[in-house]
Amino acid sequence: MTTSAMTAANAPFEKSPGFWASVWRRFKRDKTAMFAAAMIFTLLFIAVFGPWLAPADPYQASMLKRLKPIGFEGYWLGTDELGRDMVSRLLVGTRLSLFIGITPVVLAFVLGSLIGVFAGYIGGPVNTVVMRTIDVFYAFPSVLLAIALSGTLGAGITNALISLTIVFIPPIARVAEAVTAQVRGRDFVEAARASGANAFTIVRVHVLGNVLGPIFVYATSLIAVSMILASGLSFLGLGVKPPEPEWGLMLNTLRTAIYSQPWVAALPGLMIFITSISFNMLADGLRSAMDVKS
Amino acid sequence: MLATIARRILYTLPIMLGVALVCFGLVHLAPGDPLISVLPPDASAELQKQLRTLYGFDRSLPEQFAGWIWRALQGDLGTSIASSRPVAAEVMRAVGNTLMLSACATAIGFFFGSLFGFVAGYFRDSVIDKAASFVSVLGVSVPHYWLGMVMVIVFSAQLGWLPATGAGPDGSGSWAWNWAHMQHLLLPAITMSVIPMGVIARTVRALVAEILAQEFVVGLRARGLTEFGVFRHVVKNVAPTALAVMGLQLGYLLGGSILIETVFSWPGTGFLLNSAIFQRDLPLLQGTILVLATFFVLLNVVVDILQSLLDPRISRG
Amino acid sequence: MSQVISTAKTTPLLEVRGLLKHFPIAGKTLSWGKSKVSVQAVDDISFTVMAGETLGIVGESGCGKSTTARLLMHLINPGAGEIVFDGTPVGSAALPLKAFHRQVQMVFQDSYSSLNPRLTIEESIAFAPQVHGTPKRESIQRARDLLSRVGLEPRRFAARYPHELSGGQRQRVNIARALALQPRVVILDEAVSALDKSVEAQVLNLLQDLKDEFGLTYVFISHDLNVVRYISDRVMVMYLGKIVEMGQTEAIFRDASHPYSQALLASMPALDPDDRTEIPPLAGDPPNPINPPSGCRFHTRCAAAESVCSQRAPGLAPTSENHVVSCLMFEADSGHTRATTQKVAA
Repeated sequence: MTTSAMTAANAPFEKSPGFWASVWRRFKRDKTAMFAAAMIFTLLFIAVFGPWLAPADPYQASMLKRLKPIGFEGYWLGTDELGRDMVSRLLVGTRLSLFIGITPVVLAFVLGSLIGVFAGYIGGPVNTVVMRTIDVFYAFPSVLLAIALSGTLGAGITNALISLTIVFIPPIARVAEAVTAQVRGRDFVEAARASGANAFTIVRVHVLGNVLGPIFVYATSLIAVSMILASGLSFLGLGVKPPEPEWGLMLNTLRTAIYSQPWVAALPGLMIFITSISFNMLADGLRSAMDVKS
Repeated sequence: MLATIARRILYTLPIMLGVALVCFGLVHLAPGDPLISVLPPDASAELQKQLRTLYGFDRSLPEQFAGWIWRALQGDLGTSIASSRPVAAEVMRAVGNTLMLSACATAIGFFFGSLFGFVAGYFRDSVIDKAASFVSVLGVSVPHYWLGMVMVIVFSAQLGWLPATGAGPDGSGSWAWNWAHMQHLLLPAITMSVIPMGVIARTVRALVAEILAQEFVVGLRARGLTEFGVFRHVVKNVAPTALAVMGLQLGYLLGGSILIETVFSWPGTGFLLNSAIFQRDLPLLQGTILVLATFFVLLNVVVDILQSLLDPRISRG
Repeated sequence: MSQVISTAKTTPLLEVRGLLKHFPIAGKTLSWGKSKVSVQAVDDISFTVMAGETLGIVGESGCGKSTTARLLMHLINPGAGEIVFDGTPVGSAALPLKAFHRQVQMVFQDSYSSLNPRLTIEESIAFAPQVHGTPKRESIQRARDLLSRVGLEPRRFAARYPHELSGGQRQRVNIARALALQPRVVILDEAVSALDKSVEAQVLNLLQDLKDEFGLTYVFISHDLNVVRYISDRVMVMYLGKIVEMGQTEAIFRDASHPYSQALLASMPALDPDDRTEIPPLAGDPPNPINPPSGCRFHTRCAAAESVCSQRAPGLAPTSENHVVSCLMFEADSGHTRATTQKVAA
């Protein structure tokens, strides 16, 4: 082959950006969403590096320094009912709070998608049985189910994670099933079946790529709810146990202080609020970025 | 028409059975002996056996389930281990209080939510829309138990305008239609209304914006329909879904009231649940969850039926 | 049209016997158990397709053509009947489904939804060969070759996504995809119906070229009579799940025998004022496939219907070489006043 022929043969093919690349491009243009992403990134950073960022030991109690106000010397955000530094507790608490908020959604995403995609693709009586069972759990309001499960299993992080995961599996499974059933009816899946591929291959190559996106976006919108619920469990005494720093638990133990140091007592809830807003804005931005029609 | 309703109700029965099963099974998940909470630590084996038989803990699980269901259908939800009062009576009293609170909260949330949603939808993409949307995001994101605390701090501890806890003066557990009681209702109801308000505002905004953008609205205006006429048209289209969402939110509030009721010491079902959990009072726990879940399921059925009646687009059967 | 010599002695490439498909409707009543109400989409049809020909299938919406296509592809299971490919029953040990799919492929109507939006064009085309064991590199190469053959330059199109292509280009991709397994039969279900007229012409010509080059056999389903006339060697007319007439293209278009075929052809819009019809050729609304009329399914709208038509369902009676009609007028001694043993001019 001559040089020019080789060059022609090796000339690059015109490529176009893939699906996720274009989602990212649209996402980048959304200022609110990027801001939320920055917030969450910061929170994750604090979650990982909290113990090193904290100015004081979050477990160090001091009866003399109980319930000091915001702006107190050396303790910028005051101290809690046991004299522990609020800044440190809030920073270190990020790790646990984010953990118990995000983990159930991640687990529910995996399990719920498995169930939903399976039921959605198989169809028929199997689908009916699986989805009706899911419907039974869906028939409970989420808070009630979470508390009932948590209450019966007992306090503790593991139990809280289990009960929250169980609470979030039904909604995710439902969305997964609906999207899968819809994709399954489309011509390209029929064409794939017409080429003789078996169910596994079809799901792997054709279905997953088209359903995981919407399911993922839905799951993201659940994170804020999960965070509030998880901290809520700790608030009731059902989740994290003292002396671990966790925002919901801190709200619980500081309740009695609302008459003496109200603003210190309100701080942990503010953190939950900020985190929840950020995740909701992120989820909204993600949804808009994935909406090809807009 | 009747067939659709009948089918919907029929469909609910297996769900209810499942729910009852879950309620029953839930409580038996609990580690530890259910009798512990009642027994003094040095109870004799004889006493243990007696109490066990009395509460039915000695029979097999399916037997216990069947018996429990049978009695529940007759209105007997057992006796609370902690208070020795009939569970049904306790729950019904508490449900009344929670219903009052939830209904108020839903009404407030629906009113303001629709208002914000309409305004945002009509003035889509303007500053007003962005502001209203932002407020609804806030509403949906707020941890309501924290908000309750903040409300107590501001209006009760600092300003002293409203009482912080309880359903009535002197910690009375029952309701009366007077200003004293209303004062107690105000803070928890407003706190509880924030999330429904956010949800309804978002839903309404999306619907209104979508309807206004549709071509038939342009057609209506072109044919000389007044703005008010268009407005009525939009309302008619939005109403079914908005009301459905409101109904569902009421259900969530009913079932999820425990957090707010804990903050405000409101003597409702949530509060009852709380004590049941911490006192490991299984009959009370079972009964309360069953009643709340049933309410929620029935509410869903009613909302579904009403929606299919109101919205001509939903297929009838 | 390519010359097709069909004699009765040649084995048909595809043979369909007694194919039937009823779709049960989810019960509108409270009754449990199987619903007795069903859509009789395809009701006991039999026909053959000879190697190298193009069989056109025409009919109005709801006549069962698309269901027939899917039954031919075995995408849905028939309620009754069998399909025989080159003498071997499909689904038997000698010809399992996966092997059958290598021989028969399909092009769908909606060019956009026939392609996975998440895969590049070449990945979509290379999927089927990979399923059948061809290594990836070779499959991609074959995909690129096919793209050239259908007139899409691989350099420009192979790594693109479906939404970046026009309808006509996507349909070419679908054709390439159908050819990836080197089948012998391609079923085209309304494959050009959604395209603009000029693009449609290009694709039709492409289909012709490919057929000659690869020696393919086509089953071409359409509601557009002009297109069917252009591309088919033989035509099959369907009505409400049944075959009403089948024969050589020109024989049918110039001189249809069945009253429905005649009405269908008469309703084609014509530019020549002398050819225009004033009277609507068909009376009444198309009946419901859930509750088809008794006897001959067309009798409710047929100008020549008599009482016997509602009692007896006609079979497929031959009127001349390679031409069959399903009408009591052409069945000897059927009870219809116009039935004779000779063909009756319409």
